[in-house]
Amino acid sequence: MSTVVATGVPPSPPAARARSRPAAWWGMVMLIVTESMIFAALISSDVFIRASSAHWPPSGTPEPELGTIGVFSVVLLGSSVPVWWSERAIRRGRMAQVRSALGAAFLMGAGFLAYTIWELSHSEGGWTDSAYFSVFHTIVGLHAIHVALGLAMSVGVQAKAWSGRIDAERHMTLRMFAMYWHFVDAIWVVVFTTLYLSVVWW
Amino acid sequence: MTVHDAAEPGFPRTIGREIADPASIGVLSEEVARRGVRRHLQEVWEDHPGLHGFFTTVDHKRLGMRYLYTAFAFFFLAGAQALIMRTQLAQPDAGVVGPQLYNELFTMHGTTMIFLFNTPVLAGFANYLLPLQLGTRDLAFPRLNAFSYWVFLFAGSLMYLSYFAGRPPDGGWFAYVPLTLKPFSPTSAIDFWGLGVMFVGISTTVGAINFVVTIFKYRAPGMTLNRMPLFCWSVLTMAFMILFSVPAVTVASGLVEFDRIFGTAFFDPGRGGSALLYQHLFWFWGHPEVYILFLPAVGMMLTTIPVFSRQRLAGYTFAVAALVAIGFISFGVWAHHMFATGMPSLAMGVFSAASQVIAIPSGVLYFCWIATLLQGKVRWTTPMLFSTGFLIIFLIGGLTGVMVSVMPFDLQVTDSYFVVAHFHYVLNGAVVFPIFAAIYYWGPKMTGRMLSERLGRISFWTMFVGFNVSFFPMHLLGLFGMPRRVFTYDRGWGWGTLNLVATVGGFVFGLGTLLTLVNFLWSKRRGTTAGANPWHADTLEWATTSPPPEYDFAEIPVVAGRHPLWEEGSFPVAAPDPSGAVAGLDVAAAEDREMPVVDGIESLPEDTMRIPEPTWVPLIAAGGLLVFFLGMLVRASLVGVAGVALAAVGVAVWTWRARDDER
Repeated sequence: MSTVVATGVPPSPPAARARSRPAAWWGMVMLIVTESMIFAALISSDVFIRASSAHWPPSGTPEPELGTIGVFSVVLLGSSVPVWWSERAIRRGRMAQVRSALGAAFLMGAGFLAYTIWELSHSEGGWTDSAYFSVFHTIVGLHAIHVALGLAMSVGVQAKAWSGRIDAERHMTLRMFAMYWHFVDAIWVVVFTTLYLSVVWW
Repeated sequence: MTVHDAAEPGFPRTIGREIADPASIGVLSEEVARRGVRRHLQEVWEDHPGLHGFFTTVDHKRLGMRYLYTAFAFFFLAGAQALIMRTQLAQPDAGVVGPQLYNELFTMHGTTMIFLFNTPVLAGFANYLLPLQLGTRDLAFPRLNAFSYWVFLFAGSLMYLSYFAGRPPDGGWFAYVPLTLKPFSPTSAIDFWGLGVMFVGISTTVGAINFVVTIFKYRAPGMTLNRMPLFCWSVLTMAFMILFSVPAVTVASGLVEFDRIFGTAFFDPGRGGSALLYQHLFWFWGHPEVYILFLPAVGMMLTTIPVFSRQRLAGYTFAVAALVAIGFISFGVWAHHMFATGMPSLAMGVFSAASQVIAIPSGVLYFCWIATLLQGKVRWTTPMLFSTGFLIIFLIGGLTGVMVSVMPFDLQVTDSYFVVAHFHYVLNGAVVFPIFAAIYYWGPKMTGRMLSERLGRISFWTMFVGFNVSFFPMHLLGLFGMPRRVFTYDRGWGWGTLNLVATVGGFVFGLGTLLTLVNFLWSKRRGTTAGANPWHADTLEWATTSPPPEYDFAEIPVVAGRHPLWEEGSFPVAAPDPSGAVAGLDVAAAEDREMPVVDGIESLPEDTMRIPEPTWVPLIAAGGLLVFFLGMLVRASLVGVAGVALAAVGVAVWTWRARDDER
């Protein structure tokens, strides 16, 4: 035992230790960090252009509607609940619950995505009309692409859930998807506040 | 591995260990023990033979070398372009190249050096060295690493395709709007730049994620952060800076492309946009970027100077703090590139002050080096010569950096040759000299052969003299008023002599770099055999053979200090010795295509990770992205969609196959 002390590393059998975060978790955190910076750069661009404009939105451009998008925002944020539930269920081995929760989250996300696409295509102005519309369409569109990516990941996870490739013990794919999904939801809070709420209420 | 006794008395002993009798090792299965550990490891780690192996490899050493070769190909291309420019400038009113070609040359020279040489060459060294220095067997995400290389290769090729299309980018390496917008740059020249920058950014980003996670999760058991080699610290800082800054240049070049391709109004003041926004976005990346290039070079110098001073680095903790401090402060200095744009004076004051503050951690690093040199007994090998050259050049470049951070002075010299001189001292001198030191220092590890010392010394002196003769006169030219980016100048200005001197120096410098190329290629075949640790260095990459086997280490090393190979006696390895010294650590993975996973802080082993088998998937995914960017380039949306679909298929196969074996 004395030789172990000499290495400077205390002995400690793995079974007695709590496991730290796995490599995949760190990888996803780093991806989320750098993705957040993309949104930060775009939101800063919005603020920069807004600060150098006399009126925001520019005079003659109507303020964004809050009603329907508000409802769909609740739907999108709400979709984090079944995703959270699916993680909880898989740890307990309840695969039927996992499948239905993932399915519900997918439908909610798909509903939000469909409405976003509809809203962008029925916007008061195209994104070439003014810098206001350029930045609005770009940020909302980029977020929609992220929702679509999340949905694609969801399809993969659901396929793994249905084919039995993930279970109570081994389900890193689900954990990664859940983290990404919560991130996409959280970013929407920032986007919605900057592009909708602050424009209407300020 | 063989035991190397120190050549000089009193020098710490360098120890690597051979498993004397595999059959006596407890953790190995009987079958493996019977066949021999090394033969077994060789079989489970081997790549496919031939071209199949070339395209499917996930080995960090093969990919790292490939990064280095590709980056150096771009280095010599960029150098050739620089020499054409210098030839044109050697005399007033010269007619070697016209203004359009000159614009293309300086744009591609700068773009290549920043995006296609400096960043990837350091990524190449990090790729090769991180697992070896950390005492593990590969990066955290080997397939992502292969993907990162292919993306870099494709993005660089895409940019250079512009020469064949007859439209090289001509808007300068920072491609300011409105010059680069459709009305002033109607051809696709700028698109090669904008799309290429976004494309190569993907490679840089996933590489950075790989480095961070490798450093957090795959250090040798016992290697706490406090014991980590300084090169790894510099790579860790660099990787975090990449993750926080590269998105800004992706957005900047992306919005330029949106304005150009789709007609959006981000940078069009007539429709409410702002041209200045571009500069903020670009330099929010651009200034951290120069430290992204500089910090790994510093890490190399923090490695070589102590080894050749035969002395532990004076002030390890201060050096780490300085690295991290530079990383943080570098995010608060970007607007010093924009002093001439007329920002509010308070903002300019803040950015000017922050830029000067950088001198403090840089000074701390400098004193670490001086103290190490003073305490030690210096061996004047070629890597040490390049390191000393770095110290001198970095001192000059750092001092002119403090000068240009002072706003009133900057207003006088901005966009003049003074700035060209300054950034070549810091980006060419203080980054390229460390890279050449690294070639001489780590080259023997990579090829197994020593580079020629004699040719190395000649190469160093040629480069050092050529560098200073070339770039020092540019300070004077800048002070005399010569603006940068002019393709010629009038005889009456009297700049001819200094420009001729600079041109001669440039060719001498170029010759010096070629000598090292010749040296490397010659000694790769004919150099004297290096042995495991030719420099008597302290870090773990020298504990394995040169070149290392596919599996890097036959036994997983266990680390008990900052200088594992300088500690007295042998360091323990995870295939336990009969005394049972490390049995309590429970390190597994010694016998398979696996490596141990440790917790982030204490570096206690927790688990093992299986290294993925060689696969085509990264190449397919990267190829899909190439098709996408080509589609965007020629405005063919169907091609773009096909590219995304191809990349998606690649990623789908990748994730479907991913084993959910971590809880």
